[in-house]
Amino acid sequence: MTGLVDRVGRVRELGIVVALAALFGVTGVVNPAFLSPASIRDILLNSAIIATLAVGQTLVVVTRNVDLSVSSVVGISAFGGALILADHPGVPIPVVVAGCVLLGAACGAVNGLLVGVAKVPALVATLGTLYAFRGVDYAWAGGRQVNAADMPEGFLRLGSADVLGVPLPALVALTVVLAVGWVLRNLPQGRELYAIGSSPDAAVLAGIAVKRRVVSAFVVSGALAGLAGVIWAARFGTVDATVATGKELDVIAAVVVGGVAIFGGSGTVYGAALGALLLSGITSALAVLRVDALAQTAVNGALILAAIMLDRLLALRMARALRKRRYRDAR
Amino acid sequence: MLALREVSKSFGAVRALRGVSLDLTPGEAHALAGENGAGKSTLVKILSGVHRPDEGTLLLDGEPVEFHGPADAQAAGVAVIYQEPTLFPDLSVTENIFMGRQPRRSLGRVDRRAMRARALDLFARLGVPLDPDRPARGLSIADQQLVEIAKALSRDARVLVMDEPTAALSGPEVERLFGVARSLRDQGCAVLFVSHRLDEMFALCRRVTTLRDGALVATDVLADLTPDDLVRRMVGRDLAALFPKQDTAPGEVALKVDRLTREGVFTDVSFEVRSGEIVALAGLVGAGRSEVARAVFGVDRRDAGSVHVGGRPLRPGSPTAAMAAGLALVPEDRRQQGLVMDLSIERNIGLTGLKWGLLSRAAERARATDWAIRLQVKYANLTDAVTVLSGGNQQKVVLAKWLARRPRVLIVDEPTRGIDVGTKAEVHRLLSELAAEGLAVLMISSELPEVLGMADRVLVMHEGRLVADVPRAEATEERIVAAATGRPA
Repeated sequence: MTGLVDRVGRVRELGIVVALAALFGVTGVVNPAFLSPASIRDILLNSAIIATLAVGQTLVVVTRNVDLSVSSVVGISAFGGALILADHPGVPIPVVVAGCVLLGAACGAVNGLLVGVAKVPALVATLGTLYAFRGVDYAWAGGRQVNAADMPEGFLRLGSADVLGVPLPALVALTVVLAVGWVLRNLPQGRELYAIGSSPDAAVLAGIAVKRRVVSAFVVSGALAGLAGVIWAARFGTVDATVATGKELDVIAAVVVGGVAIFGGSGTVYGAALGALLLSGITSALAVLRVDALAQTAVNGALILAAIMLDRLLALRMARALRKRRYRDAR
Repeated sequence: MLALREVSKSFGAVRALRGVSLDLTPGEAHALAGENGAGKSTLVKILSGVHRPDEGTLLLDGEPVEFHGPADAQAAGVAVIYQEPTLFPDLSVTENIFMGRQPRRSLGRVDRRAMRARALDLFARLGVPLDPDRPARGLSIADQQLVEIAKALSRDARVLVMDEPTAALSGPEVERLFGVARSLRDQGCAVLFVSHRLDEMFALCRRVTTLRDGALVATDVLADLTPDDLVRRMVGRDLAALFPKQDTAPGEVALKVDRLTREGVFTDVSFEVRSGEIVALAGLVGAGRSEVARAVFGVDRRDAGSVHVGGRPLRPGSPTAAMAAGLALVPEDRRQQGLVMDLSIERNIGLTGLKWGLLSRAAERARATDWAIRLQVKYANLTDAVTVLSGGNQQKVVLAKWLARRPRVLIVDEPTRGIDVGTKAEVHRLLSELAAEGLAVLMISSELPEVLGMADRVLVMHEGRLVADVPRAEATEERIVAAATGRPA
């Protein structure tokens, strides 16, 4: 029994690794340029921001909630950070980064209070804040655009510099994945998130501080979105109020493809990060393979559906296996 | 050690507890008796910190305490085994036991190895070979209950509350549980034991507190009582008056179920229900009774077997076809499955009358008024949402909704669960009248007095199989309990 469950659990992430290998193998054969260091570096850079966001989203989804507002938080953080850097060149860069993370955390706290304390369904609450935060962003920007030339060189390098041959944003994402993954696996607070998503009622009876945990999941998701916002500003250099619009769906797609159960209770940040890598790898591969840009969206969609169907299939098979087992025991 | 003083609790218009006092003392097992809906579960939830009393106080070692949530109660040493297991299906058995208070090692990490070792230790104490690493999903109800017990044991509780823990357990499992409860009691733990099985109360407990309709009837020393005394305290009147089934001559076969099987849930279930007959389906929780009803009605797929209504085969897997053939199913959980809680009474009654999704308001109102009067639903306005009604009246609305379709066969699942004694009698009278008019009734019930009083025949299920078919004249409590627990009669 344990073997079966463990296998399914492992296979879920292993499956993405296999898909990644197949993707790189096939595309590499058709067009070897796909495997060049420059191309790989691009894919890592492209997936870094979504992977960072997917980690935060995983925390929220595991508790049987969802955070749709992440793209707006990225937008407001990117614009805020860029604006400070452009208008107040004296402010040290670490202070700006910390400020953006705090801004994101504050947005996350709003979501957390709405969902965890006011008991507004997460889908509705974060749909509301998705528009609300973006609206604040628009009002703040007032049509203004901050360009790379307005920001200090040292800041922009954060978005593209390499450390040991790996782009900095990818290293940041990796650090976030490992840190949050460790917390989810090892700390009671992390385990409690799974418990909440697995059975909210039982979590209350077990004496878990459900409200506090749900709020903190949203706060961390917001903080990571704030961090992703700074990275976005540093990487692209041109920032206006529309930054990251629509990216929330890419994030949720990555999480789902990565095997995090959309109804909570199971899944890992490693899976979610691999999901982000796979999705941006596919986008790059389709470009290299000269697939029409319009068809790329359809392929992404098909992939998400495939991931969900795979999940459902596994769940059904497992339920059947467990049902039969119980029956044999009963006799 | 832990005591309640004059505690009252209401949910909306329903007064679940009225001025109840209770003393739990160290080294004593105390029984809590009462019919379903008497307020036992509410009392348990007050002790466990889930609900807070509207009036009255909780005393811990003589000092007033307030439990702001389950965590407070647990900190005070109260461990509760709930009627319905409260496990996390995605997490391992070990994690389920220790969730909320895991052993730690450096950096605040959960000490998985220690946790697993302690889980194995607990299972050894309980004498069950459960795999600590498997997920809780898919465990049988009995195994889930054992995990709950392990959870309570791991807490080093001072007060152990067991809310009908034996409902799903077999004989040896019950003995094992009692062994654990006795040893805890002898170590100075206070035990509160809630059960429907009188023999178990007498076997385990010294004193018993009886509740009826939310009020305290008496606290007695069990040795001074006979089982009949206890039943009289619980019910408060003679059984005959409670279950007025009229004698009717059964007509032709209205529902015929032949070798119905749903893999892993129930096997080879065959029975007939004649018109004018009330057939009870008895058995323990998890025996597969509701599942049979769902498969007959076509909610769940069946893997083998056939269902005939009025002599004609019924297409599987289609509740619409079942309704068209004259079947009606009043589900166990009326809030979740039987009613649209926020819609009005008349809308709810009218729902099953939808033709092509349309129903005129006037027709809807006429139907609703008819049936509401006939069933004596107590309401202010037909346009009120059903949420404002008491449990018993909600149940009547569900019945009205189905009866308005004039079915030939009515399947009711736990028709009187959680409703007060007066309304219960009305529901019984109603079912009896309907049978007299020629309706075939299949009644799933866990309440033995109800089964014995109402049914012309009693079918008993045990672990997915139909194990007994007892006519009214031969139906006794002992015989049915024996069949339901898989013991030879």
